[in-house]
Amino acid sequence: MSGRFAALGIAVALAFACIVPGVAVAVAPRASLTDVENDVMCVACHEPLAVAQSPQADAERGFIEGLIGQGETKAQIEQALVGQYGPAVLGRPPAHGFNLTVYILPPALVAVGLATLAVTLPRWRRRARAAQSTTIPAGPPLSPADARRLEEDLARYER
Amino acid sequence: MRRFLLPGLVVGAAVLLLALLVFGVSSQGANTSIDSLVARGIEPVAPNANMPLPMLGSGATARLADFRGKVVVLNVFASWCDPCQAEAPVLERAQQTIATKNATVLGVTYLDTSSDSEQFVRHWHLTYPVVRDISGNFIRSFGTTGVPETFVIDRQGRIAALRRYQVDSSWLDQTLRPLLAERS
Repeated sequence: MSGRFAALGIAVALAFACIVPGVAVAVAPRASLTDVENDVMCVACHEPLAVAQSPQADAERGFIEGLIGQGETKAQIEQALVGQYGPAVLGRPPAHGFNLTVYILPPALVAVGLATLAVTLPRWRRRARAAQSTTIPAGPPLSPADARRLEEDLARYER
Repeated sequence: MRRFLLPGLVVGAAVLLLALLVFGVSSQGANTSIDSLVARGIEPVAPNANMPLPMLGSGATARLADFRGKVVVLNVFASWCDPCQAEAPVLERAQQTIATKNATVLGVTYLDTSSDSEQFVRHWHLTYPVVRDISGNFIRSFGTTGVPETFVIDRQGRIAALRRYQVDSSWLDQTLRPLLAERS
């Protein structure tokens, strides 16, 4: 019994040993210039810093590299950038005023599209089914001569 | 009637989106109303004069309204901008001249880190006050889209002249002379 407890204890300790460094890494990921550049804007040129080529973009990169050198995380660097350049430096526009449309409009359009489909699709399917089940009205009965010719043709075809 | 409902809704939504797009694009455009007013000789009141802005290198704040009664040469700059570096000695020389005449240059750093701006001030030995416009909301109300830009504001807080590129000493002299002559 005590052996079983000891084994369980070792297993738990091993699990912690594996998980805790992983958690530490997840909490404080090491920032890189490329990683930060992709998520922030060159505020003077109004384009992502990753593609911007201007004196202001170079100054911004220099600031980021300085913070990376100090061991700051990506979140801390983004916070420092907002402190220096304002919220416009982030790739995401602040969620107020006209910028709200960026956050509201896409999901609203998707919702409207889904609602339209939910209403129209069953209607289309009902119409399609109704069209399929409609029987073609029978034509006038064949004359005895036509009936005989049909029988002969079918018999010839089956031979 | 019902068969027009769905196409009507789609067309309505498309028109709404188009109107939104037009509004968004037009509201992002540069505000040139100050330029046209000044060009016509109408001196508009400097906007956002009561907006508090942090002073560079200190925790204090300053507002443009704090300088009411003085002639203010409002200069928007950034340390990384070459024309700003070229005009910095001109502005400092102007400050040395006008400081005794109840006037001042007021620097506004924009799109710049505080450490770089402080280094800029030290490098060019600037003695005039400098504030930071971190969000850009203050200078945007002047229609500013880049650096350097300079606005000359009279003692009543009205924009008397502006230049949306590098200033030189002759323009400053010419612009400031009549304003400095006005009684405070």
